[in-house]
Parts: sequence; C-alpha cells; structure tokens
Amino acid sequence: MAAGSTYTPIATQTASGSVSQILFTSIPQTYTDLILVIQATESGQDGMDVQVGNGSIDTGNNYSNTYLRGNGSSAVSYRTSNYYSFDTGIVNTTVDTIIVQLQNYSNTTTYKSMLSRSSSTASALAVAGTWRNTVAINQISIKNGSVVNHGAGSTFTLYGIAAA
Amino acid sequence: MPILGVLASAITGNLVTNAYESIATVTVGSGGSSTISFTSIPSTYKHLQVRVFAQANRAGYDFDNLIYTFNNDTSVNYANYFLQGNGSAASSAGGTDSSAYSGTIAASIGTNIFTPSTIDILDYANTSKYKATRTLAGVDANGSGYINFIYNGWFSTSAITTITLKLQSGTGFNQYSSFALYGIKGA
Repeated sequence: MAAGSTYTPIATQTASGSVSQILFTSIPQTYTDLILVIQATESGQDGMDVQVGNGSIDTGNNYSNTYLRGNGSSAVSYRTSNYYSFDTGIVNTTVDTIIVQLQNYSNTTTYKSMLSRSSSTASALAVAGTWRNTVAINQISIKNGSVVNHGAGSTFTLYGIAAA
Repeated sequence: MPILGVLASAITGNLVTNAYESIATVTVGSGGSSTISFTSIPSTYKHLQVRVFAQANRAGYDFDNLIYTFNNDTSVNYANYFLQGNGSAASSAGGTDSSAYSGTIAASIGTNIFTPSTIDILDYANTSKYKATRTLAGVDANGSGYINFIYNGWFSTSAITTITLKLQSGTGFNQYSSFALYGIKGA
C-alpha cells in the first residue's frame, strides 16, 4: 500500500473587516477532495451560501440541498431544489463553525457533491448538496444572502486531500 | 467587497500538516465492482478515515444502501444507530446487524449523481475495546435525496486489518466510483 501525507492547506483568509464575499480562485486540480473550514461571525442570521464554478462562479439555480437540522427543540428535514447555492449552514452573530466537503471536485464526469456540517446558536445542521455540472471546480465563493456580511476576524481555510 | 485568497505556500511559516496520510485508493473501472476491499491495513495509525464517492448499480431503484464489514466478520456483531433526513422528515432507528450501515447511496436516480460519504474509524488497532465508527453521508438529486448521520459499533476487540464495502441490494458499484483509505497519526 502506498502512503503519503496529505490534507494540505491550499489557502486561508481572515476577514480584516466586514466583507460581503470570500473568493477562492485558481484552485489547483491536483487533489481528490476539498475541505473548507469556516469559523465566522456574521452581521445577522442567514444561510451560508457556497457557490462554485470553473473560471467564474455559477450563481444560477443549478444547486439543490437536502437538510437535517436540530434547532434545540426538534429535528427536521427539508429540501431546496433548483437553488442558487450550496446552502451549507445557518449563521448568525455568534461564532459559527462550518465544515464543507467537496468530493472528487476536479473530475469532469459526474455532478459535484457537497456534504456539510455546521453548528451555531441557530442550529446543528447537516446538508447534502449537488451542483448539476460536470466541469471541474476551480473557484469557490462564500457569502450570506444579500445583506449579511462576514464579520472581522472570520476565518476561511481551504484544504486539499489527495488520494494515493 | 470580496477579498481574494492567499496561497498557503505564500504565507510566512505556512501551515504544515503531516498527520493525515493516504494509504490506498480504489477507483472502479468500466466493468463495475461488486465489492471493495482494503486488506493488510497497517496498524501504525491512530484512526482511519474512508472517503467514498460512489454510485450503485441497482436497476429500477433510485437508491441503495452502502454497508461494510471488518475483518470479513459477517456475524451479527454490528450495531447501527442513525439519524436520517429525507427532505421532508427526520427519523432515527437502530439495532444490531451482520454488517455496518453507511447510509443511502445513489443508484438509478441519475447518471451523474454520485454519493459522498466519510467514515471515521476510531482507535482501530486497539485490542482492548470494541470498535466504534461514525459516518456522514448524503445524496441530493434535486427533488429527492437523503442525509445520514450514523454510529456503528463492532463488537470485537480485534485490530481492524480488512475493510470490505458493498451494497445491500444492488449488483455492484458503477464506473467512476472511488474509495480512499486514509490513516491519521496519534501523538
């Protein structure tokens, strides 16, 4: 069996002030999976929208999500079809933690799949998502709806995992 | 305003991670594969992670279930407890079985729909206690889908040296399915 170190940091960003969008571009195609680790505070409660693309970010209704959420009193499941993003978490003004997995992100045969787990005072949430496109992902955008910003000190780190 | 990323390699004293290693990977070819096995797994790590990206060959059914065993043990020595969402309701169930359950997997729901899953196998080489795993798996097909959060127990103190993955009902995994085994070092 071959063995080699992986789980490599590709890029990291820390919001120096209130920003509307974090953008990772020119993501190398040399890994098998991507892991995006977010620890953020936001200016209000909203969904954490992760959008992807190749050469440009796809903001069309080409995403869909299935959710499993606990809100402190009950567990629910729901769905968003023909949606405009991977809807990875529900964030608010307290510290929110989200881990997003994009598996086989660079293949050009299948639609792209996303798994996320998030936690905040708004909810504990797991999401499975699909982006209906077979192109390789080389850009990722992270934003919150239209009026909520990432707060100063929010961190966004992108890792790559390479299979043997 | 948006801000752009900084390549990690350009950061002074950039992060170094060497505790997570790729051990082996299987990518399914054009003929498909009925089972996936990782054998002779070294005992030199603290934990294992299996990362799955797969599609089932199960004609006439949208989905199937992914299951796995350790060390070729097919006796009723596994516990499965899961929390599942199907897009309209959350549910939970559990019990014992002859294999570990690893969630719903896409089958005939769509040619391009594959299912990601991550299985964490903790303290797998320990010979003093039963083994425990956790899985996050999900598939969404724009109008249908599932997400699963799963606990599996294996009632054995043997070190895990073989992991075998297969489908509960379908004939095998389709082309482009991939299964990657990683080791995580301890201090």
